[in-house]
Amino acid sequence: MIPIKVLVPSGVLGLGFDLEALNNGVKNNPDIISIDGGSTDSGPYSLGSGTSKYSRAAIKAEWKSLMIARKKANVPLVIGSCGTCGTNNMVDWMENITTELAEELNQNIKIAKLYCQQEKNFIKKNLQLRKIFPLNPAPMLNGQLIEEMTNIVALAGAEQIQECINTGADIILAGRTTDTAIISALPLMKGANPGSSWHGAKVAECGALCSTNPTSGVVMVEFDKSGFTVEPMSKNAFCTSETVAAHMLYENADPYILHEPGGYMDVSHSNYYNIDKKKVRVEGATWNSSKNYSVKLEGAKISGYQTSLLVLLRDNNYVKNAKKWTNKLSKFLNKEINERMNIDSSEYSLEFRHIGLNSILGELEKNLGNPVEVGVLCLITSKDKISTEIAELINPFLLHFPLSFNEELPTFAFPFSPVHSDRGCVYEFALNHILELDDPMDAFQIQISEV
Amino acid sequence: MPTLGEKVKKIRSKNAGPFWITIDIFCEDKKTYKVVCNQLKNSKISSLLMISEQDLKRFEIDNLNVIKFSFPRKIIQGDIFDRDMHGAQLAVLLSEMKF
Repeated sequence: MIPIKVLVPSGVLGLGFDLEALNNGVKNNPDIISIDGGSTDSGPYSLGSGTSKYSRAAIKAEWKSLMIARKKANVPLVIGSCGTCGTNNMVDWMENITTELAEELNQNIKIAKLYCQQEKNFIKKNLQLRKIFPLNPAPMLNGQLIEEMTNIVALAGAEQIQECINTGADIILAGRTTDTAIISALPLMKGANPGSSWHGAKVAECGALCSTNPTSGVVMVEFDKSGFTVEPMSKNAFCTSETVAAHMLYENADPYILHEPGGYMDVSHSNYYNIDKKKVRVEGATWNSSKNYSVKLEGAKISGYQTSLLVLLRDNNYVKNAKKWTNKLSKFLNKEINERMNIDSSEYSLEFRHIGLNSILGELEKNLGNPVEVGVLCLITSKDKISTEIAELINPFLLHFPLSFNEELPTFAFPFSPVHSDRGCVYEFALNHILELDDPMDAFQIQISEV
Repeated sequence: MPTLGEKVKKIRSKNAGPFWITIDIFCEDKKTYKVVCNQLKNSKISSLLMISEQDLKRFEIDNLNVIKFSFPRKIIQGDIFDRDMHGAQLAVLLSEMKF
């Protein structure tokens, strides 16, 4: 069965890919088509709320192309981390889209769903059994924090995807999975070099980002006993030994080591060389199995309810003294909120950011210039749903608060009506831990359906 | 005095999962790479980023002429006090640093 060819249409479903390149990929006889459907890259909201970052319409349009490609290639199609966060409801959401498309395309398909969400009681039990270990840095985990989390998922690895492949499913809809496991699963199963199976998967996990033309999306990776070969499928994209090697740096804290369920990959002694103008050959990565099998956990909890306001300053005196103004205003507002609403400052946070001064880098900013205008972004986050009322209380002061008491009442610029924007519930990541399992399937379930 | 950004090909920064930030400094050639490796001290980077030197991991990747720094974020990605979720603007601090 070696070599095994894995076709990767893009770094994530929803980002788009070159259709011509996808067709080229199909013509090159892949053994499987694998695409990632999620990440924590956009912050905790998706996992906290159990929703997709990308629109359903975008996902459906791209998934349609991939379902057509799968039929043509007659090989399994795998998506990992359905609906960005990979919660169970997002696996079902993806199944719903797949079912709709199967009807529209008149396809009969067998679907395997991999569920990766974790029950709070299961996590609590494992915490008591000392089967959960913190990574660095990790929030202090206890029963109360577990109870506060809205969603907890475990990241599936190659073993769980292989179980799904073994069901003979045409389409595999996996919950939260490592970006690499959907690519490495089949080559590992068929006896390809283990270190290179993970390394090739890592190189291809962002699609054509490992090439000279990242937006073209589609790459093919061919795995064998001694290494892998990567090639972009667009005629306008090229892989060079540099673009491929450099991908190990991207979003990786360590450029040589990648931890995966069951062990880690080490690319310290890898060699990269161009076979031709387009293809790069890589050998030398090693796989180191760990004594105990563990999977990574992700969880998010509600950090509060948030409302934002934006006021713009153009008056030179206020632009120059923007920080002094908000410091003074902040003190005044905390007093007003306390007196009028009878709530203590511990129940909410009130923060001002100065757009045009240092709103991105904050205290790290070294280059405070002389802007002509400053945008003051006011963020209110409260434990209970009172941030809107605090914003309404603040509104007139944000518009008129003077720097000194013997001046004409100033009026600043409000760009919106209403002035405040309710941002609703906001979340925070609450887990950076691993969970030890006796059997890789202990925290995962597979369900089969046919449409 | 020139800046580090003027000296090298590219500096980028990015979140590496929700809990870490990583910075890659790409040098044009081996000579520049050696100079940057020798002169860019960890103490300088940690004070620029206001983190402790022990938290800063440094990698010198010879075959790519890249110097890489990684460190745990003081504010976790997407926290209510986070100002730049992807940390990609942080690279500017190094670019504008006198070198």
